[in-house]
Amino acid sequence: MAKYIVKRILFGIATAFIVATLTFFIMNLVPGGPFLSEKAVTPAAQEALEAKYGLDKPLFQQYLTYMNDLLHGDLGDSLKKRGFTVNRIIETKFPVSAKLGGIAMLVAFFLGVPLGCIAAYKRSKLVDNIIIVFSTAGIAIPSFLSSTLLMYIFSTKLGLLPSLGLSEPKSYIMPVIALALYPTCYIARLMRSSMLDVIGQDYMRTARAKGVSTFLMIFKHALRNAILPVVTYMGPLLASLMTGSFIIEKIFTIPGLGHEFVGAITSRDYPLIMGTTIFLATFIIIMNVVVDILYAFIDPRIKLK
Amino acid sequence: MMEEKKKNILSMQLNVDDFVPASPDEKESLVVMRESVNFWQDGFRRLRRNKIAMTALVVVIIMLILAFIVPMFYPYGYEQQIKGAERLAPMQYSEGELEAIANGESVFPHILGTDQNGRDYCIRVLVGARVSMTVGIVASALILLIGATIGAVAGFFGGMVDMIIMRIVDILYTVPDVLIIILLAQALQYPLQTLAQVPGFSWITAMGPNMMSMFVVFALLYWVGMARIVRGQIMVLKQNEYVTAAKALGATNGRVIKKHLITNCIGTLIVTTTLQIPSSIFTESFLSFLGIGVQAPMPSLGSLASAALNGLQTYPEKLFAPAVMIFVIILSFNLLGDGLRDAFDPKMK
Repeated sequence: MAKYIVKRILFGIATAFIVATLTFFIMNLVPGGPFLSEKAVTPAAQEALEAKYGLDKPLFQQYLTYMNDLLHGDLGDSLKKRGFTVNRIIETKFPVSAKLGGIAMLVAFFLGVPLGCIAAYKRSKLVDNIIIVFSTAGIAIPSFLSSTLLMYIFSTKLGLLPSLGLSEPKSYIMPVIALALYPTCYIARLMRSSMLDVIGQDYMRTARAKGVSTFLMIFKHALRNAILPVVTYMGPLLASLMTGSFIIEKIFTIPGLGHEFVGAITSRDYPLIMGTTIFLATFIIIMNVVVDILYAFIDPRIKLK
Repeated sequence: MMEEKKKNILSMQLNVDDFVPASPDEKESLVVMRESVNFWQDGFRRLRRNKIAMTALVVVIIMLILAFIVPMFYPYGYEQQIKGAERLAPMQYSEGELEAIANGESVFPHILGTDQNGRDYCIRVLVGARVSMTVGIVASALILLIGATIGAVAGFFGGMVDMIIMRIVDILYTVPDVLIIILLAQALQYPLQTLAQVPGFSWITAMGPNMMSMFVVFALLYWVGMARIVRGQIMVLKQNEYVTAAKALGATNGRVIKKHLITNCIGTLIVTTTLQIPSSIFTESFLSFLGIGVQAPMPSLGSLASAALNGLQTYPEKLFAPAVMIFVIILSFNLLGDGLRDAFDPKMK
């Protein structure tokens, strides 16, 4: 067990390192520097700026410097937002995205799992069919469509919910629904099919024969065994919520990390692109490792090697 | 002592009439075996019985016709700007066109109106669907090609080769794909644009460097899922006797993989590729919506939806048209893929 955890962590570190290296070199493939678009900058001033940020040095040396700083937890300064370090930007923006993504994740989990269980228990009944139809339709709607449609109906037409920002609790409703729609439907489908497998097992009949109530049978005996595929999906889900929020943040003008990332790409803010990519990637990789380890705790039959 | 020959019920003597050869009709009626069906017939029979999948197939075909054939005959071009016909509502004519109608000319109606540059919106949605579906289908074909080859090689040779390939797969699996896609799509445009200047590569300009970079990016990142599935199948299949037989007959490794192994997991390949198409379309529309997908004059369903967002209050139908299109395309491909899986995937039998 301990050996496995150490191995997973080392592998995670290697992946994070590869992501950082890839990002650095891919980004430098793009011609045109961060200061070219600024009109007021004279060639001399531009050189001075490049010298200040170390952009005049050979690429490999820039890479070494960056990696060295990275190991010390320093992500550099933003080139466009003068006076802000990348660390500072991430510190202020990430909690906004994380809160939104976290709420959406909880909603998806606590809505998708029961829906899938109910659908499996009421197999081929009306309830099951309704859940299937909705979850199949739900995974065919990209989040930018669900969010724009929600916005059109609830703020433009009905005027019930605020369309921009996250100033009040009410304004979380639409972004969270838009973000959670796809994973909820996906989890419901996953849960239903794995639940159907479990319901057919012998120990379910035993439980029934002992007189266990339906509720306990589904949510205690069956759920424990059927939930494993959903747990495996939690890692990728987190990644998709983190990156999916790019669009939600753009539509609802939420000042989160995704907003910052897309902005940084168009303005060539190298350190900010690097910083956000590495930060998000590391976060997702860590979460994947956690999910893998969690897996073994939920199902003791799985021997981690 | 001889007794008189008479019919005794306990006698073992047999009636000769019972041993007359059967007539051809009788023979026919005794054949209980049904007609032998091959893999494809079997799968298609099952697919045809699946009403949902068949409906989805019909919808997919209609969508393909709408996206690829209808624009050829459509009276307006997707870039054609009609002066004086800006921001028309659906089925509305501009003043110039009304005059032309009054003069007895026939003017094709703007079924979905026009956009702020006077371009017919219906053709833009259709061409947008064409772009999205092209990206989905071509990217999936590339993923199939790369994923199946790498997966087959890893599964067949095993050992060191397998180890190295699977470590690469593991890494690509944990890399947050969208981040890398956005970066790569940006970075690849410029080299592709330069490549388009080289003689012999001018077709890149025709397709648009953005679309090309999207193909490359999808192919580079998404082959891992396909490779994993194919590897798993090949590892089981290569234990079969027919593989040993083929090897004993002197078949090369390449031939065994191509002729014997890949052909035997064709069902899985079809299903995975079909299900890859909607997910590629999903990602493409996501990127185009963010403004880093297909290039400007060329519409994509994602970029049309993104452009419609600004005028949502006044022109909601501009959003609904591409929205419905994306929804129907993704849904029908998903349902078709599910149906194909039920019909062709041997594990589900």
